[in-house]
This record gives sequence, C-alpha cells and structure tokens, in this order.
Amino acid sequence: MPTLPVPTFTQVVFVLIAAFTVISGLGVVVARNLFHSALLLAATFFGVAGLYVMLEAEFLAVTQILIYVGAVATLITFAIMLTRGAMHGETNPLNRQWGKAALFAFLFLVGLLGYLGGIPWPAPFQAIQADEGLIARLGEQLVTRYMVSLEVMGLLLMVALVGAILLARDDKP
Amino acid sequence: MAESYLPLLILIVLALGFGAVVLVLPALLGPREINKQKMQPYESGIIPFTSPRRRFPVKYYLVAMLFLVFDVEVIFLYPWAAVLRDMGVFALVAMAPFLLVLVLGFVYELKKGALHWR
Repeated sequence: MPTLPVPTFTQVVFVLIAAFTVISGLGVVVARNLFHSALLLAATFFGVAGLYVMLEAEFLAVTQILIYVGAVATLITFAIMLTRGAMHGETNPLNRQWGKAALFAFLFLVGLLGYLGGIPWPAPFQAIQADEGLIARLGEQLVTRYMVSLEVMGLLLMVALVGAILLARDDKP
Repeated sequence: MAESYLPLLILIVLALGFGAVVLVLPALLGPREINKQKMQPYESGIIPFTSPRRRFPVKYYLVAMLFLVFDVEVIFLYPWAAVLRDMGVFALVAMAPFLLVLVLGFVYELKKGALHWR
C-alpha cells in the first residue's frame, strides 16, 4: 500500500492548534493594547494545553487549563487593571529597539535549534502505558520518589501566600 | 489516546461556530440605527457617572493570588487522591506535611483577615 502525502486527521488538528498557539503568541507581542495582550496570552495558554493533549500528556493539559488559563491569566488581568493608565490607549507601544530585539531573538532561536539538534532526546524515565492509569502513576511517584519535592512545594506555596498577604494588604488600622 | 478527545474538539468547533453565527447574523439582518443613547455603555441600567477606566483596588489582586496558591495545591491533591486507596496510610502520611504547611498558611490568612472584604 503506497503512502500518499495526505495528512492524517491528527496532523491537521495539530497544525490547527499549533497555528492558533503561534498566532496568539505573536499577538501577545504585537498587540498595541496591553489588555488585549493579556487576553491573547490566555488564548496562547489554551493552545499549549491543546498541544499537551496531542502529546498525550493529559495531566499536564488539565494543569495548564486549571492553573495557567484559570488562575495565572486572571492574575495578569488583575495586575493590569491595578496599574494606573494601563486600561486605555496604546499601552504596549513598540520602541525604537524592536528591530534589534527581533534580530537577537531570531539569532537565539537559531543557536538554540542548533544546540538542541545535536543532543539526543532522553528516553522517558519509565514509559507509562496509556492503559495503566497515568494520573495514578503520577500520584504514586509524587508520594514516593518526589516526596521531598512535594513538601518543598508546600513550603513554597505558603511563602507565596504569606508574601501576597504582606504585600497587598493595607494594614493601617 | 488523543483521539478520545474528538468530542472536545467537536464541542470547540460548535462553540466557535455558534459564536460566529450569533455575531454575524445580527450584523446582516438587524436594523442599524446609531444614536447617543444607544452607544452609551450599559451598566445594569444605571447611567454611568465616572469613567469605567480607573484603577482597581489591590484587594482583587490579593484574592486572585490566594486563589492561585490553593489552585496549585488542588493540582497536587488530584494524582494523590487517585492512589490514596491503593497506597493507604503511607500516602496519607506523605501528604500530611504538605497539607499541614498550607493549612498553617490558611490560618495565617484567616487571622490576618485577608479574606475579609473591606
């Protein structure tokens, strides 16, 4: 059976999601209004979640939606609304350096691709079969192999919580 | 595996299509009449008396930040909950310090009155 260069359905979906992600990512940089940039950033996060689904990394996709789309995008939106004068007009202007910045970003990309092309992709630590229950395996690893990291994460989250309260509360009675 | 997400894709396409139709149809069919009254921003029927573009109080940021912290906590509880029944007491004990630290933070938050909307 000869293989025709007809893209499979999965490939078409991948290209659509990737294009959506890249275009909204570009929009974040190009949009003249900071608020539009924030909304486009949420769209980019959503596209990345779609890419995670295509990579069969479901947990990562759920995390991406719950934390990045749900919380981080909200936080950024609030941060913009808190800023004086950030809600109207051209709030995300180009400056005179944009050409040089684009050039260096491109050179960085070329260098990164050259570097990444040279190193072999590591094989998964323990390949998890799809029918094995990905979330359960993750949970198992979380409380055994990564237990210390888990507890440190708890500490880090508490520090973030206390820091946010200290910074944002006007405690003047 | 990714194929099992096909219903989700169909849902997204349907939702986008519905949104597009709802936006395009009125533009084609509806009458176009523009007057000053109509172009005013609508805010619960009350005539706006200040510019809506003003700075928001910082307490919104605090609420969002607190939400983010507990959102991340829930993400860690999710895979843990999936193995709790199989691993039993060990998983419970392993998760205890994580939860304890965050409960401490929550108590601090309550005592500081950070959830008190003023």
